[in-house]
Amino acid sequence: MSAASTAEPAFVAKTKTGRFTDFVDARVGGSGILREFGRKVFPDHWSFMFGEVALYSFVILLLSGTFLTFFFDPSMAETHYDGSYVPLKGVEMSVAYNSSLDISFDVRGGLFMRQVHHWAALLFVASIAVHMLRVFFTGAFRKPREMNWVVGGVLLILAMAAGFTGYSLPDDLLSGNGLRIIDGVIKSIPVIGTYISFFLFGGEFPGTAIIGRLYMLHILLVPALILLMIVLHLFMVVVHKHTQYPGPGRNDNNVVGYPLGPVYAAKAGGFFFIVFGVLALMAGFFTINPIWNYGPYDPSPVSAGTQPDWYIGFVDGALRLMPGTLGNWQVEQDWFGFVFSFNVLLPALVPAGILFTVMFMYPWIERWITKDDREHHVLDRPRNAPTRTAIGMAGFVWYCVMWAAAGSDLIATHFGVSLNDVTYWLRALFFIGPIIAFIVTKRVALALQRKDREIALHGRETGRIVRLPHGEFIEVHAPLDEYKRYKLVGFESPEVLPAVPNEHGVVTSKEKRRAFLSKWFFEDRVAPATPAELEAAHGHGHAAVEAPEEAKSLSH
Amino acid sequence: MGNHSDGSPNHSGTVATAGQNEVEKFQDPGIPPHRLRLADTDPKAAKRAERQVALLFGISVVGTLIFLVAYFAIDLGPGDSTIDTIRIQNMLLGLGTAFAMLGIGTGIVHWAKALMPDHEVSEERHAIRYEEDRQAAVRIVDDIVEETGIKRRPLIRNTLLGAVALAPLPAVAIFGDLGPRPDNKLAHTMWAPQDGQLKRLARDPDGTPIKASDVTIGSAFHVIPEGLNELHEGKLNEKAKAVVLLMRLDPASLNPSAGREDWGYNGIVAYSKICTHVGCPVALYEQQTHHLLCPCHQSTFDLTQECKVIFGPASRPLPQLPIAVDDEGYLVATSDFKEPVGPSYWERDMHERSINS
Repeated sequence: MSAASTAEPAFVAKTKTGRFTDFVDARVGGSGILREFGRKVFPDHWSFMFGEVALYSFVILLLSGTFLTFFFDPSMAETHYDGSYVPLKGVEMSVAYNSSLDISFDVRGGLFMRQVHHWAALLFVASIAVHMLRVFFTGAFRKPREMNWVVGGVLLILAMAAGFTGYSLPDDLLSGNGLRIIDGVIKSIPVIGTYISFFLFGGEFPGTAIIGRLYMLHILLVPALILLMIVLHLFMVVVHKHTQYPGPGRNDNNVVGYPLGPVYAAKAGGFFFIVFGVLALMAGFFTINPIWNYGPYDPSPVSAGTQPDWYIGFVDGALRLMPGTLGNWQVEQDWFGFVFSFNVLLPALVPAGILFTVMFMYPWIERWITKDDREHHVLDRPRNAPTRTAIGMAGFVWYCVMWAAAGSDLIATHFGVSLNDVTYWLRALFFIGPIIAFIVTKRVALALQRKDREIALHGRETGRIVRLPHGEFIEVHAPLDEYKRYKLVGFESPEVLPAVPNEHGVVTSKEKRRAFLSKWFFEDRVAPATPAELEAAHGHGHAAVEAPEEAKSLSH
Repeated sequence: MGNHSDGSPNHSGTVATAGQNEVEKFQDPGIPPHRLRLADTDPKAAKRAERQVALLFGISVVGTLIFLVAYFAIDLGPGDSTIDTIRIQNMLLGLGTAFAMLGIGTGIVHWAKALMPDHEVSEERHAIRYEEDRQAAVRIVDDIVEETGIKRRPLIRNTLLGAVALAPLPAVAIFGDLGPRPDNKLAHTMWAPQDGQLKRLARDPDGTPIKASDVTIGSAFHVIPEGLNELHEGKLNEKAKAVVLLMRLDPASLNPSAGREDWGYNGIVAYSKICTHVGCPVALYEQQTHHLLCPCHQSTFDLTQECKVIFGPASRPLPQLPIAVDDEGYLVATSDFKEPVGPSYWERDMHERSINS
């Protein structure tokens, strides 16, 4: 292991850091690791930073959260406020709310840390979500990364759980109403709902146990699970090495980018400070969750325009969209003497259930349809996988409709329209929004592919108009260099895989379904331009002007 | 893969032949030639970049100083900390931290981008596993399973499975004391008469009783049961079930159903304030339309139709509290609600039947 072996003259490190590393290495034997990682190559692209943002937000959450635990007291015992925020002096409240106010007003820097923590939490979930969108739309979830995609999905759920448990801790009016809604949703669960509610709250809502219990989940269990999942996630990133965008010199057998030390480490490490700095700016200048405005939790009042934190919005929006009565028919049903609260159960469970199930299963669904068992390390540009991109956009739009519904009242007051109309429109969009998004996205992706073909074959437009001797005006097109062209043509365009009989010579119905889906996936396709086509395009003499048949019909 | 497809499905795959496939794809031209940056060729530019990085690190130092000054110079001592001083301190702390962090961050990134080598390098990927390893591993697992003899001794296997399946049960059971059994706690509220004494309707939050003569047409009161504020234990639990909205309408516009004619008094009616959807307080009263609106999910209830749901996700009408006037002119609840209040739950129907039997 160590460089200092016996016979030969010892290899002595040149720098102090090198000697220090040697000292550590001689005792723990890390040179193998350093040799493996010191110059490990990481591809670079701006869209790879979302995962980093998530990781760094989590670090900032741990730092700021630890500070907050030194001052926060999760007790629901009653007390009377005697801090320095005058409007609440003497008001009866829980110790938890009282200590949250003290953190805000009587601990120097406490408000700042609270705001850093809350903003970082919002950014944490947001960056995970955007990171997952990036992974989905570029096909980074394909073999061998399916399991890491699942770990990422679990991280998203855990991040939302961490956010929600933390959101409720100050025991203010707004978060208390959030808990009330959770209680209502839990009670709608058939058979065991009432029991779960009583067990969670330690009796009737709100009880005196919930804040302490959420606190334990928030500072111990959930972060521990998140840490575990992050370790798994990064371990797999190391095993697989990072994906890379397509381009000249990049293929499934190599990884092109910057070595970890020093460039990539410097960029990534520096980026941590940038994330921290941006969060500090937000915490310094933009108030988040001003609990002193809401007052302590009380089951009677509620403020208009209530809103959960953004990541819970889509569930809240789904709750709002579901009609409770259809004409005179109650959606809530009494069957066999028991209550089935479909008006709560369906919106609370079904959309989120569908979103997460499809999300978790998608890598296997696509693998089944394409019968593609190869490893993929080169990403797809979203346009080059039109159906996948369209599916992603359909899901995204569906999510956004529900998310917008969580602000239906604010949309109505902001734009001066009827709240009921906003709800009716969103109900309609809930169903047709994803369909429109699918069609539009697929067409846009195909159009972009055609544009790529066009540019690859005929060069880019220069804007230079030339008049030919016989009077015709043309625009001169400049041909691409081979590197730029390869970026536009170096992709795979899978074709429809018809159903094939199995070893008994039978085409199973499952195989028929697969073939049907394969057709649905790949029947519309734009093949990458080929050298022969390029040749043909140039063969026309003034290739820049006259396009072959297809291109003419597309854009000339 | 390769063919002369022009994008229209009709043509795809018709022209390609096996031999052509080889030349049909563009060859990968390899990593583009490295382009030197200004700082690579011009020592002046490099020196400039160096100074810029140092300047950014210097800004970070200034940021740290701003933070420390803001922390120590602004004292949140008693009497001194108005919301404005806190706001200014918070802003300066944010500004200081932002400078401190962004200075370091942008400095390092600038350093990396402008001065560190920016040659892209290519590295081979290794296989995730090797066939030799795989076979050895499979053999090891086979040997392990074989040596345990678990396949040959089903008795051991089955009893082990049974034991392991049952062993987690205590871990579930031990959570049994997380909360009490629900029983019929959700079916009753504080409004039930105590020792034959009818509960007066009192103002929320101060708890002063309400006289019928105080309630003018068009007015609305947020109501709690008398004695709620004096409770020592479980005050919020009781309040979460017992809060009521009291409104007075023109009696002609109320349409009480059979059996409910005497639940109001002179056009004064009282309804549970807890939404039947998921339990938010239905706190908004539209005086003109006689609608009650829940601000959480916009369920709308029509007061003139016994708070029937006319919009939104709630399914059931708000429960009505039967009220009357006592000899001193105060409004009282003649009984508890005739059905459980708040969000629906599995046993709700059962409870409603037992209340009315």
